[in-house]
Formats: sequence, C-alpha cells, structure tokens
Amino acid sequence: MYQAIVFLPLIGFLIAGLFGRLIGARPSEIVTTSFLAVSAVLSWVAFFTFDAPGGMMRIQIAQWMQAGDLVVDWAFRIDRLTLVMLVVVNTVSALVHVYSIGYMHEDPSRPRFFAYLSLFTFAMLTLVTSDNLVQMFFGWEGVGLASYLLIGFWYEKKSARDAAMKAFIVNRVGDFGFALGIFLVFVLFGSVAFDAIFPRVGELQQATFRFIGFEWNALTLACLLLFMGAMGKSAQFLLHTWLPDAMEGPTPVSALIHAATMVTAGVFMVARLSPIFEWSPTALSVVVIIGAITAFFAATVGLVQNDIKRVIAYSTCSQLGYMFVALGVGAYSAGIFHLFTHAFFKALLFLGSGSVIHAMHHEQDMRKMGGLRKYIPFTAAMMTIGTLALTGFPFTAGYFSKDAIIETAFASHRFGAATAFVLLVVAAGMTSFYSWRLYFMTFEGAPRWAGGGHGHDHHHADAHAVHGDEHAHHGHDDHGHDHKPHESPQTMLIPLGLLAIGALLAGFVFKDGFIGERFDAFWAGALYIAKDNHILHEMHEVPGWVKLSPFVMMVAGFLVAYWFYMLRPELPKRLAESQPLLYRFLLNKWYFDELYDVLFVRPARWLGTFLWKKGDGAVIDGLGPDGVSARVIDVTNRVVRLQTGYVYHYAFAMLLGVAALVTWSMFGGAH
Amino acid sequence: MPGLLSGLLLLPLVGAALILLFREESEANLRNIRFIALWTTIITFALSLAAWSKFDPGSPSFQLVESYPWISDQIRFRLGVDGFSMPFVVLTAFLMPFCILASWESITKRVREYMVCFLVLETLMIGVFAALDLIAFYVFFEAGLIPMFLIIGVWGGKRRIYAAFKFFLYTLLGSVLMLLAVLAMYWNAGTTDIAVLLKHQFPSSMQTWLWLAFFASLAVKMPMWPVHTWLPDAHVEAPTAGSVILAGILLKMGGYGFIRFSLPMFPEASAYFAPFVYALSVIAIIYTSLVAMMQEDVKKLIAYSSVAHMGFVTMGLFTMTPQGVQGAMFQMVSHGIVSGALFLCVGVVYDRLHTREIAAYGGLVQRMPLYAVAFMVFTMANVGLPGTSGFIGEFLTLLGAFRANPWVAFFATTGVILSACYALWLYARMIFGVIDKPALTSIMDLNRREQVILAPLVVLTIYYGVRPGPILDAFAASTDHLVKSYQAALALTNTALLTVQ
Repeated sequence: MYQAIVFLPLIGFLIAGLFGRLIGARPSEIVTTSFLAVSAVLSWVAFFTFDAPGGMMRIQIAQWMQAGDLVVDWAFRIDRLTLVMLVVVNTVSALVHVYSIGYMHEDPSRPRFFAYLSLFTFAMLTLVTSDNLVQMFFGWEGVGLASYLLIGFWYEKKSARDAAMKAFIVNRVGDFGFALGIFLVFVLFGSVAFDAIFPRVGELQQATFRFIGFEWNALTLACLLLFMGAMGKSAQFLLHTWLPDAMEGPTPVSALIHAATMVTAGVFMVARLSPIFEWSPTALSVVVIIGAITAFFAATVGLVQNDIKRVIAYSTCSQLGYMFVALGVGAYSAGIFHLFTHAFFKALLFLGSGSVIHAMHHEQDMRKMGGLRKYIPFTAAMMTIGTLALTGFPFTAGYFSKDAIIETAFASHRFGAATAFVLLVVAAGMTSFYSWRLYFMTFEGAPRWAGGGHGHDHHHADAHAVHGDEHAHHGHDDHGHDHKPHESPQTMLIPLGLLAIGALLAGFVFKDGFIGERFDAFWAGALYIAKDNHILHEMHEVPGWVKLSPFVMMVAGFLVAYWFYMLRPELPKRLAESQPLLYRFLLNKWYFDELYDVLFVRPARWLGTFLWKKGDGAVIDGLGPDGVSARVIDVTNRVVRLQTGYVYHYAFAMLLGVAALVTWSMFGGAH
Repeated sequence: MPGLLSGLLLLPLVGAALILLFREESEANLRNIRFIALWTTIITFALSLAAWSKFDPGSPSFQLVESYPWISDQIRFRLGVDGFSMPFVVLTAFLMPFCILASWESITKRVREYMVCFLVLETLMIGVFAALDLIAFYVFFEAGLIPMFLIIGVWGGKRRIYAAFKFFLYTLLGSVLMLLAVLAMYWNAGTTDIAVLLKHQFPSSMQTWLWLAFFASLAVKMPMWPVHTWLPDAHVEAPTAGSVILAGILLKMGGYGFIRFSLPMFPEASAYFAPFVYALSVIAIIYTSLVAMMQEDVKKLIAYSSVAHMGFVTMGLFTMTPQGVQGAMFQMVSHGIVSGALFLCVGVVYDRLHTREIAAYGGLVQRMPLYAVAFMVFTMANVGLPGTSGFIGEFLTLLGAFRANPWVAFFATTGVILSACYALWLYARMIFGVIDKPALTSIMDLNRREQVILAPLVVLTIYYGVRPGPILDAFAASTDHLVKSYQAALALTNTALLTVQ
C-alpha cells in the first residue's frame, strides 16, 4: 500500500510528462489527478488503520549506494509522523490537482503543469517517508527542483525565471548546511540510517568536534548544520527571501508547495530528528529564536503588502516561525499539529485568493479590488473561514494549534523562550490585522476595479506593467474586461469547500491525539521526548492571562483592521505618510534583497570577472603559455617558415620523442 | 592467441584501415566511411561489454591479463584491467559511437582523415587504461595527444592553432618530467611491469621527486588549478565530438594516473602532499565556479565547470577514504557521461546557429521542447541534484573529505551553491524566455539522429543516479585494496621512523 501511495504520483508524472503531448491535456489531467486521489484515499486509510508493533514499520525498496562502510537504502520509515505528513501532502495535492483543472483551463501547457505537480508530490513523499538522511536529501532537493520548475512555469516572464532561480539558489545555501550536517552525522555515528542513529545519540552527548576553527559540541553542531537546511526550505529569517518571490508561480502551486507542504519540510525535518535535537538545548534555543524572529518579522512585512498573494506568503513565513518555536521548546507535537492545521487553512486561503484572482481576470493588487463579496459569495465565505482559522478564532483549527504554541512558549524555560512568547503574541495581533485587512480590501467596501463604478481609465495597462499579470502571454483581452467578476467553476469551488471543512474541524477533532490525552497512543514513539521534558503538561498550567492573550490580540487586530479599512479608509494612507521611513522599511521587506545584492550577488559577479580576466587571463596565461609562446613564436617564425600550422610539427615532434624513447630504452633496457 | 583487450585495441585500427581503403571522397564513399566508423565503434563497445561481463568485480587483482614480448625481457607489452581501469575502458568505448554520430553532418571536409583520427584515438585511449606496462602506458598516454591535436587543429574553430598550441605547451613540460620519472622508476625497480611496481617500495626521498614529476603531467591533464587554462580554449575550438572526448575521456587520464601510480606507488609522498592537493582542489572548485558564472560562451562555461568538477575528483582521491576514492572514480565516470552530453547539447544548437554566444540564444524551449528537457536533465546532473549521477560522486567525495579534513569539505561544499548559480543562469538565459531573435524563429527541435544520441545519455544519467551500484561495485574491491595497502605502507614508515628514534 505504501508503495502505491508513493509511486502513483511518479507514474502519473511519467505518463503526463512523457506522453502528455501525445494523449492531450484532458487525459493528462485525469490520469495525474485520479492517481493522486487514490494516493490520498490510501493515505487516510493508512492513517486510521496503522497499527505496526512498536509504532514503526520499515519497508525496504532497494539499495541506493554503498561505498566502504556507507550504506544508503531506498526505504520507507512509516510511523505516525510519516502518516501525518502523507495525509497532509496527498490531501492538499489531490485537491490542488482538481482545483488546477479549473484554474489552468486556458493554459496551453497543462500536461507539463500536471506532470510537475505530480513530480513534486512524489519528491515530497520520498522526503517524508525516508528512512535515512540521504534519501531525505533526495526528496529535499527533488521538491526544490519541482518548486523551481513550477515557479518558473511561465518562463516567458523574466520575473518568474528570476524568482525560480532565486528559490533554487537560496535553498542551495540551506542545503550546504544540510549536506555538511549529513557528513557530520555519518562521521559521528558511522551511518545515515535513522534506525542506527537514534538509539545511539545519548552516547555522544559530551562528544566534541573541531570544525572551522572552533571546538563544538558534536550534537549541537550537527543540529545547527541540519537546521540550516530547514531554514532554507522553510524560508526562515535570513533565508526567507525566496518565498515571497515564489508567488510568481501559478496560484495552485503557491497553495501546494509554498504554503501547505514543501515549506513545512523543515519543520518535519526537525521533528523527525527530534531524537538528536532533544539532546542539544543550545541548538533548540537557536530554533526558538530564529522561529520567533521569523514569526514577528514576516508579520510586520505582511502588514503593508498590497499583492494579495504576497500577504499570504508572508503570513506563511510567519506561521512557519510559530511551528519552529514549538519545536524549539520541545513541543514537537504542537509544531506538527500546527503544520497539520495550517496546511488546511493556508491552502484554503491561497486557493481562495486564486479564485479571487481568477474572478478579477488575473488582477492581484488588492488596491484594485473591493466589494467582491456580492459577486463571488462562495469564495468570500470560504475566505472568511480561512481567515478565522488563521487568526485563531475559537474552535477553528488554528485556535487549537496556535494557542498551544503560544502557551508552550510561555511555559518553557528554554533560553529565548520568553522573548519568543512576547514576539509570538504581538505577531498574533498583526496576523489578525493583516488577515482582516486582506479580507476587507478584497471583499468589502466600494469596488475599486474597472467596471465597478469607478474610473476605468488605464488601470489594466498599469496592472500589466507594474504587477506582471500572471497570464500576460495568453491574451486575456478576449475575455473582455468590463465583465463583472464571476464565481469560479465547480472544480475550483469543491476543493475550497473540502479544505474549509478541514480548516474548521481539523483542530477540534485531532487535538487529543496530537497534543492531548491520547498523545502516547497516537504518536507511539514517533517523536522523541526526553525524560525531563514535560512541556505539554506545563502548557496547561500557564496563567489565565496567557491563555487569553492570543484571543485578545486577535480581537484587537480585527478591530484595528475594521477601523482602518471599513470605518476610516483614509487612515492607512495618512498613517503611511506620517511614518514614511517605517512604511518604506516594511514595504521593502526590511531591505533584505538589497542587502544581499550588495553583500553577495555583486561581489560574486565582480570576483568571477576579476578571476577570469585578471587571474586566468593576465596572470596565469600571461606568465605561462602566452608569454612563453610569444617567445617561441618569435623563434619558430625565423626557423621554420611554414604556414600549415603548428600542430603537425608538434605531432611530429612528439612522435620523434616517442621513437627516441623506445630506441633509447632498447639499448638502455638491455644493460 | 590475442585476448579481449588486444581485440579492443586492434578493432578500431582495423576500422581505420578499412576507411583508408577509400581513396576519393564521393557521396557514396562518405556514407560508407561514416557507417564503417560507426559500426567499428559499436562493435568495439559490444566487445568492451563482453570484457566487462568476464570481469570479476569482487577481485582487486588484474584480470584479462595478456603479455607479449616487446622491447626487452623486462619491458613486455602487458595488458590487463582491474576495478579502476575497467569502467574507463567501457566508458571510452561507450562514448565513441556518440562522437561518430555527432560528427555525422557537422563534419564535411576531410571526413576520411577525421574518422581515422577518432578510431586511432580510441585505440590509444583504451591502451592507456589497459596497459600494464609503464612504458606502454607512457606511449599511449602521450601518443593520444597527437590525434587530439589534429582534431582541434584541423577541424577546430577560428582560433584552433592557438588552442592546440596552448594544449601542447602545457602538456610538454609535464610529459618530459613524467618520462624522467618513468626512467627513474625503471632503474630503481628493474622492471616496468605495473603489477610488480605496485608492490615495489620506493625509497622515501625518491617518492617525493617521482610524485612531483607525475603530478606535473597529471595535474595538467586533470586539469587542476592553476594549469587549467588550456582547457577552456581547447574546448571552445574543438569540434563537438572532440569536446566530448576531451571532457569525457582525456581529462580522466589524469585522475586515472593518480589512482594507478601516485597513490599506490608513492604513498608517503601522497600523504605528504595531500594538503597541497586539497588546497588546489578547493581553489579549483570555488575559483572556476566563479569564473564559469561570468562566461559569455557556452562551451567555455561548461569547460570551466569541468575544471570545478575535476576538483572534486582530486580532492576525493587524496582523502584516501573508501568514500572519497569511490566517489572520485564515480565522479569521473559520471562526468564523462554528463559533460559529454552537455557538449553534445551545445553541438546541437551550434550546428543550427553556428555561434557559441549565450546571448545569441534565448527562449529555445518554445521551439525545442525535447531539447529543453534533455538539457534540463544534464544541467541538473551538472548541479549535482540527487537522483542524477552527478550527485553520487559529489556527495561521496565531500563525505570522504569531511572525514579527512572538515575545512576542505566546508569550502568544497560551497561548490554546490556556486554550481547552481552558473548552471541555472545558463539554462535561464538559453532555454527560458521568449524568442526575440530572428535567427531563432524557425529553429528546429532535435531530429531523429540527435534524439538517438541524447536519449540513452538521459536514461543513463538518471539510472546511475538512482542505481549507482553497477559502477560503484566495479571498483569497490580495488578501492578497498588500495586504501588498505596505502594505510599499511604509511603505518610501516611510521613504525620505521619510531624505531630509528
């Protein structure tokens, strides 16, 4: 069964990828989507029927490589953590496949699109089922490739190409650490297989390792290096810059890859490696601090963005930070629980915004929306549910998982946890504000789009030029822009409805298993919890004001957003004008892109040119072959006046040399 | 009774002789010449597979050994293969038919001589890997340059003379030194039989000099920084098939030389110089990757990336860990396939547009979807994406380096970031985007012949990425033997030193 779950998407990819042009778009869609649906159903079946002795099952597929004492297998490790991920990945992926049939219906390269989606799913599944670090790395880079291909799906657009490259390269920076982490783990444990590593971690608690000039605690160093990979993949602070740009990809891609699944791979990795991380409080503190900074930082940037997808992208970044805080304080299950619920409501928000964009003929700027609730009521309702879940409205999915994280942050004694608590609570308020801001700007108020009763003038041309219409090349003018926004087709709305159910119920239904009373029976040892780690109990004993604080912040965020965008719509602009520095700082995302450009991109290019022209050209060639040859040519020109080229002479000279050698050896060898 | 290996050496020569029978270059004759060359290389490849099937990968000793009287009693013409050489023999025979096919339409002048050159080159290259006698090795090693000179010098691009000259100049110095070393070894050991030399213990002081002399020649072949500058020029000027052989096989002779001579015969010197080699390797990886990033010529870019990839090889070899050595060997085989394929890809568009300027292309995916897919696979293999053959070698060599010296691994691993930069940027500039150049508006996708060339390479690149076993196992036993005897030799000297003290 697990083989089917993992390999069906691969088969779908191969069929759509190899024969897509032969069999046509519709059959490609049907094949990939139905395979994914089967995988998704099987995942849920496995989720509910799983009952392996010891809570873990290993399925060997084949050997990958063996060199000396290094053995790497293709194998599945099935436990509760894997099953949670299987359910999340396959469910969202299947729904996104269905959704894409509607969303992409006018794109000529649909077979390619669906092939990529299935390829991504396959890579993600190998990542979450892997039984060793190297196979995880395979899936890790595999999803990176799929993400690269899908962000750059509309390769005609320069912005899409650049964003795709940026995503791949920034992820590679993280993978640099991941790879070094794998090497270190192998050197420490003599194996890369989880089964061999996990039982032996305790033995190495005091081990040290000398690396780049410092004496490190070996486990801390391994965790930090591996965490660097997680930071890249999960777009954490410092390596986050690729995620907002990744919104250049088609919206279903954003929902699947850049919200629900791939970006959570880092969270999954830390949880999977909890038996190692749990031994290194230092590394866990770093996880807490990075997570908290990301949660706060991304939320601040999300406050002022005007592109509907970018708001949600920053929100994703921020929510990933929450998950890392949970992992860092040792509440791995809370982090995974938030990953689980977040997958539903964030995919819902993204697909909902896709429905809005579809309705608006590929307009993404919220300043050109407004009043859409009347035209696309179903989408508006679904977005409301997603917003409620994200902001943590009582009894929705986010309420259970996010509040749990905030409580664990307060309860934890980990270095940095107290600061994290404050940052997370503030971020919760900002989350509520930007989420409702998005909702009000899009669905409420007066329409600000052409045909909505306001001036038409040149707005569409502006949108094209400034914001890069998603479908620029498809000639949307056939649609006629004066048409009213229209509700999306059924194939798009049904996935929204299903995800909305998840966004409402996932928290309530599963909280006992993930973080509640049924914890032990549910996880069955899939997450390692040290003996002195009682964080899940301690979180219930936090003071009442702590439990109340996220709710208060949520209400406050809502009220401010309502005041700003419903009651006094001129206020935000005035505020921005009164605080121009702060506004620009946030709007330009704390100037990270510019900073990295100055720090890395330009020096690298300058150095490349310098080494090429000066290093290779002037120094090596100038002193070496060119300098010598200039002299040689002078000489040979005088001696030999033949224009046939030098090659023959050299060939001849070589032959002579060889002949001389042989002759000489015959005499010399006989002595 | 000639065996399989001498058959492999003779077959291409027979083909060459047949081709020489054609006097004039009429249409029909040209067709015959091409087909004779193609079939010769295919049969040679089949024979190499037969040799592989007879080869027992479980044994580290030389197999399929043949010995013929030659210069003297001590210097006999000996042939044989072990785990380190067998894969290269097969790789050489495997790449040859692709070279012939790639030259099918692009070579129009002096076809007869061209094909003869390639067939002779094949014999010489197989000879390098199959020779079990030091003198025979040296003869093959040096003689192989002649057809390569000719290929660059006669059928090359505009600056072919300069490129060939540069190539020669670099190689000359190394060759002389290596020849001296060969003679010195003969005087010291009294034989040129490689199998015997491998067991011979050279005095420590002599090892240093021998090592340096071999290094001078092998480093140029590799090529290692800073003696790499001949490679970009040679690649740029060589015809497509020449580049394929240059990148696919000739560069591997350097690595093969290290693993055949330097490491096993001069273990003390190798250990002594290992940090030096690490330094050069790391510089090669970072330096040439940065340079590759800024290239405007496709072939130069790939040539520089070859230098970077060879840096992983030298680094891996000198770690003398099982992972490092096997990774380096695998990297060489994989690079033979991948860089060969990349040059074939460049050849495809060069044949259509006759320019190597990256800026002259753009948006090819719109007219050439199949080409875009093949190019993507090879680009990803070049980047070292897991699941392609490029990953295995990089991963294993880095792992070996981390064991030997974490600093080296730390710097070398930055190569995975830089390779992504130059390779993806190249892809984005050439393949993605919109077609806005008039010359590209009617460019055709891969034709049948080109599909036949690239399809097997795509399949192998992915297959060996997922199942590297067949190649890794081929040199597992030899690696094990090499590492053990290397460490034994070092231990011996250490104890000797201790007793002296």
